[in-house]
Amino acid sequence: MIEMLQTLIMWDAWPAGLQTLVVIMLKIVAILAPLMVAVAYYTYFERKVIGYMHVRIGPNRVGPRGWLQPIADAVKLMFKEIVIPSGADKKVFLIAPVLAMAPALAMWAVIPFNDTLVLADINASLLYVLAIGSMGVYGIILAGWASNSKYAFLGAMRSAAQMVSYEIAMGFALVVVLMAAGSLNLGDIVRAQQGDYGLFNWYWLPLLPMMVVYFISGVAETNRAPFDLAEGESEIVAGFHVDYSGTTFAVFFLAEYANMIIVGMLSALLFMGGWLSPFQGWTDSWLGQPSLFWLLAKASIFLFLFLWFRATFPRYRYDQLMRLGWKVFIPLTIVWLVLVGVAVMAGLEPWFGKA
Amino acid sequence: MKTVMRFFKSLFLLELLQGMRVTGRYMFERKITVQYPEERAPLSPRFRGLHAQRRFPNGEERCIACKLCEVVCPALAITIESAQREDGSRRTTRYDIDLTKCIFCGFCEEACPVDAIVETNIYEYHGEQRGDLLMTKDKLLAVGDKYEQQIAADRAADAPYR
Repeated sequence: MIEMLQTLIMWDAWPAGLQTLVVIMLKIVAILAPLMVAVAYYTYFERKVIGYMHVRIGPNRVGPRGWLQPIADAVKLMFKEIVIPSGADKKVFLIAPVLAMAPALAMWAVIPFNDTLVLADINASLLYVLAIGSMGVYGIILAGWASNSKYAFLGAMRSAAQMVSYEIAMGFALVVVLMAAGSLNLGDIVRAQQGDYGLFNWYWLPLLPMMVVYFISGVAETNRAPFDLAEGESEIVAGFHVDYSGTTFAVFFLAEYANMIIVGMLSALLFMGGWLSPFQGWTDSWLGQPSLFWLLAKASIFLFLFLWFRATFPRYRYDQLMRLGWKVFIPLTIVWLVLVGVAVMAGLEPWFGKA
Repeated sequence: MKTVMRFFKSLFLLELLQGMRVTGRYMFERKITVQYPEERAPLSPRFRGLHAQRRFPNGEERCIACKLCEVVCPALAITIESAQREDGSRRTTRYDIDLTKCIFCGFCEEACPVDAIVETNIYEYHGEQRGDLLMTKDKLLAVGDKYEQQIAADRAADAPYR
């Protein structure tokens, strides 16, 4: 099939540079297309799960059981007018959603889906994730500034302060992981968690507080409830995206959910053994084999937690948010950094002996 | 000691987990949603919906233009004009209820000495232009004629408690 296609388009006659470009493009599409579907259906599941927790049913009118709801939402948003407020900086206003979206998508380049399946297997992928992840705040700040609205500006300022504060705790949590694994490569981090004890080999056990810190920081980084001060509909209407409508709003929405999926994926990769099977070493059947399925299952659990949090917790007050980030998480991570350092030097089995 | 306990309680996120347990449990609870067009919530015979004017079994309209409903109406939604008919009886020439003003308190029905103005259990109606929600005497009588059976049944069901 592929060979037939290759002869049909005279693949071999193409210049080598173009060949690589096309192959990479196809890979990007292969990652992003399912991601977009995942984002769309994640919004559907969010409404369903929160509905169920409210003892409601949630969307069930568009299509069978409401399955077409996200598509209807997307179509609606695409056909709405993009209102540009008077006094807004038009160029920045329009570029901001793209700046919010691009990092969320760029991060997928280094996410390994299994032992070999990764778009860019660079050796400092964790650093890349941190660096690109913190770029997302630019989109939000520029959106708040370009809207020429006090509410949007307040939301952007809150979001910026929050993201900067939680970046540190998140970074420290990741430093602990890279100390444990002895590598910055996400694939190597997962491989370092391999072992005959199955799920007890993964880092969630020795790094449990770090996993909690990382995930909570991830919730704060993505501006999700209970840390959605940047939106704060009761005080500042919708925060940084008050003035956005139609497609521009949809892009912000997409970026937020793509970021959430990234955080879920990273939590699964860093702490829950990525594509490794929880029953590895216990059984020789397919259940014990590493596969993409496990990675997606683990990420889904974390994504469910996002929704569970949103249905459960009221929004943090701003000073509480800052207290949690600076006075609880950072000391906690530094203490654990020391403890894990000692454990790594002592070669504590079964987690740290190998490296 | 107390502060130490509180420190560990917050460090291990105990109260947050407790909260999550509650929402987690409710996720599997039976859903209380009434799927409206297909399912409907039960209505009391005392339900106060769209107004209607009733007639006696012989076809004569009940309203005697006493204007008690107009007086009692807290929203001033009722306008009545009356005159003597050829047979000498006192009748309304105009009986308007402005549904956009009406608060559906049911006082008009309570005040009525002849059970002429009633509120039915109809709650699915709409107006497409201005004036559609101004119920004139003809419209009210038409509603009454159409739903007399239901209205009478509701009054009979509620009669023991009046």
